[in-house]
Amino acid sequence: MSNGAQEGVLELVRKTGETGIFFVRLLGACIPALGRPRLIIAQIYNAGARSLIIIMLSGLFTGMVLGLQFYDVLNRFGATEALGTAVALALLKELGPVLTALLFAGRAGTALTSEIGLMRATDQLTAMDVMAVDPIRHVAAPRFLGGLIAVPLLTAIFTVVGLFGAQLIGVQFLGVDHGIFWSQAQSAVALKDVTEGVVKSIVFGAVVSLIAVNEGYHSEPTAEGIGRATTRTVVASSVMILLLDYVLTAVFL
Amino acid sequence: MSRQDEDERSRVSDSQSNPNMDVTDAVIEVRGVHYAIGDRPIFDGLDLTVKRGLITAVMGPSGTGKTTLLRLITGEIYAGRGRVAVFGRDIGTLTTRELYATRRRMGVLFQNGALLTDLNVYENVAFPVREHTDLPEPLIHKLVLTKLEAVGLRGAAELMPAELSGGMARRVALARAIVTDPEILIYDEPFVGLDPISLGVILRLVKQMNDALKITSVVVSHDVHEIATIADYSYLLSEGKVVASGTPTELASSDSATVRQFMTGGAEGPVRFHYPAPDYAEQLMEVSR
Repeated sequence: MSNGAQEGVLELVRKTGETGIFFVRLLGACIPALGRPRLIIAQIYNAGARSLIIIMLSGLFTGMVLGLQFYDVLNRFGATEALGTAVALALLKELGPVLTALLFAGRAGTALTSEIGLMRATDQLTAMDVMAVDPIRHVAAPRFLGGLIAVPLLTAIFTVVGLFGAQLIGVQFLGVDHGIFWSQAQSAVALKDVTEGVVKSIVFGAVVSLIAVNEGYHSEPTAEGIGRATTRTVVASSVMILLLDYVLTAVFL
Repeated sequence: MSRQDEDERSRVSDSQSNPNMDVTDAVIEVRGVHYAIGDRPIFDGLDLTVKRGLITAVMGPSGTGKTTLLRLITGEIYAGRGRVAVFGRDIGTLTTRELYATRRRMGVLFQNGALLTDLNVYENVAFPVREHTDLPEPLIHKLVLTKLEAVGLRGAAELMPAELSGGMARRVALARAIVTDPEILIYDEPFVGLDPISLGVILRLVKQMNDALKITSVVVSHDVHEIATIADYSYLLSEGKVVASGTPTELASSDSATVRQFMTGGAEGPVRFHYPAPDYAEQLMEVSR
C-alpha cells in the first residue's frame, strides 16, 4: 500500500474513532440535557421551525411531481384510481424521510456546523469548559436532540403537504375522483408502512444531527476550517442518508 | 542565554525565598514543564510559582507561550513532562469531575472576551451562576448588577455581544469571571486594545479585587509599565524558560540584557525579533535571478 493510501486509511480510522468517542460522550450528555428542556425547545425552533417553509414548499412540489408522474404511468395501464396509493406509499416510505433529511442537512445541518464551529473559533466552547460547564452537555447535546426531534416532525409535515400537492394535481387538474384518491390512499397504507417512514426519519435525524454537531465541534478554528466542516456535513449526511435508506428499506421489506 | 543573564536570573529568583513568600502559600506550582506543539518546543523545563493573595505577572515577547501556560494551568492541555499543580493537586492527574471542581475555583478572562454570542450582557454574566448554583432569581439579579456596576457596564446589560466594542467585551468578560468569587483570577492580556480610561479602570479593578477579596491573580501581559504598577511579583519568559523573575522594582533595575531589552522594547538583543530565516541578501538575490 502506498504512503498516501496508508495515511488515508489512518485518517479514516482516526476520524471514525473520534466520531465514535464523541457520540458516546454526546449520548451520555443527552440525559442531563433532557433536564433543560428550554435549551432543546430553542434548538427545535432554530433547526425545525425555521426549516418549515423550505420543507413545505419542497413537499408541495414533490407531491405535485409525483401526482403527474404516477398519473402518466398508471394511465398507461388504465389504473389511475391507484394514484392515491402510489403517492401515499412513495411519500410515506421513501421520499418523505429521505428528502426531508437531505433538506434538513442542507438547511439546518450546515447552520449547526457553522454555528458550533464559530463558537469554537471565538473561544466560546473553551470559555464554557474553563467555567466548568461541559460544552458537549450545554451546546452539542441540545442541538443533537433538537435535530433528532425536529426531523420526524418535519418529515410528517413534508408527507402531508406532499399528499395534498399530489391530490391537487391528480384530483383538481387531471380528473381523478376525489373519494377514490383518498380511500385508496387510506386503505393501502398499513401500520408497517408508517412505521418504516417514522423509523427512517428518526435514524436520519440522528445521523444528520450527529454529523453536523460533530463536524462543528471538531472543526479547525479558522474561516477555511469552518467552511470545510460545513461542506463535509452536507456530503457525509447525504451519503449516509442514502446508504442507510437502502439498509432500512431492505430490513423492512 | 548569556552567563550574565543566568546570574541575573538566579540573583533575582532568590527573592522568592524571602519570608513573605512561603512555599506553602503556593497556589499554582509549575515544575520542570516541557511542552511542544508538533516538533516546535514551547516550554523546555519551565518553573514558576504563584503565591496566594498576590498579583503575579507573566511577561514575555509574543510567541513565548504565555497563553499556553494559562491553558496548562486551567487543564485545557497537559504538559508533555513536568508537573502543573493547582491548589496542591497535579492538574494532569485529575478526573474530569475533579478538574471541573478545580476550575470552579478559578476565573479566566480571555484575550478576546469569549462572550457567548447568543446571550446578552446580563445573561453572559449570570451564566456561570445559573450553571453552578440554585440561587433565587432576585439574588442572581443583584449579583449580576453588582459585577456589571463594578466594570461600569450596568447600563449595557441588555446589549448583545455583537453590539459591544472590544474593550467593553473584555470588561463584561471580567464581570463574568468574578461573578462566582473565584480564588484565582487568570487574565490573558487584559490591557490589549483598551482606551486609557478603561485600562486605568481595569488596572484598579485587578488591584482592588486582589486587596479586598484576597484573590490570587495571574496576569499574562506584555504591557510592562501597566503591569508593573500592580504586580507583586513578575516572571519574564523567553525561549521556553523563565529568564528573570522578581518584584517589578527588581526587574526594572536588572542588569540582564534580556530584561532590559524587554523593558525598553529594543529590537536588538538576546530575544530575537526576527523569526529564523535564510540570509536576507541571498534570498533577495534569488528573487532577482
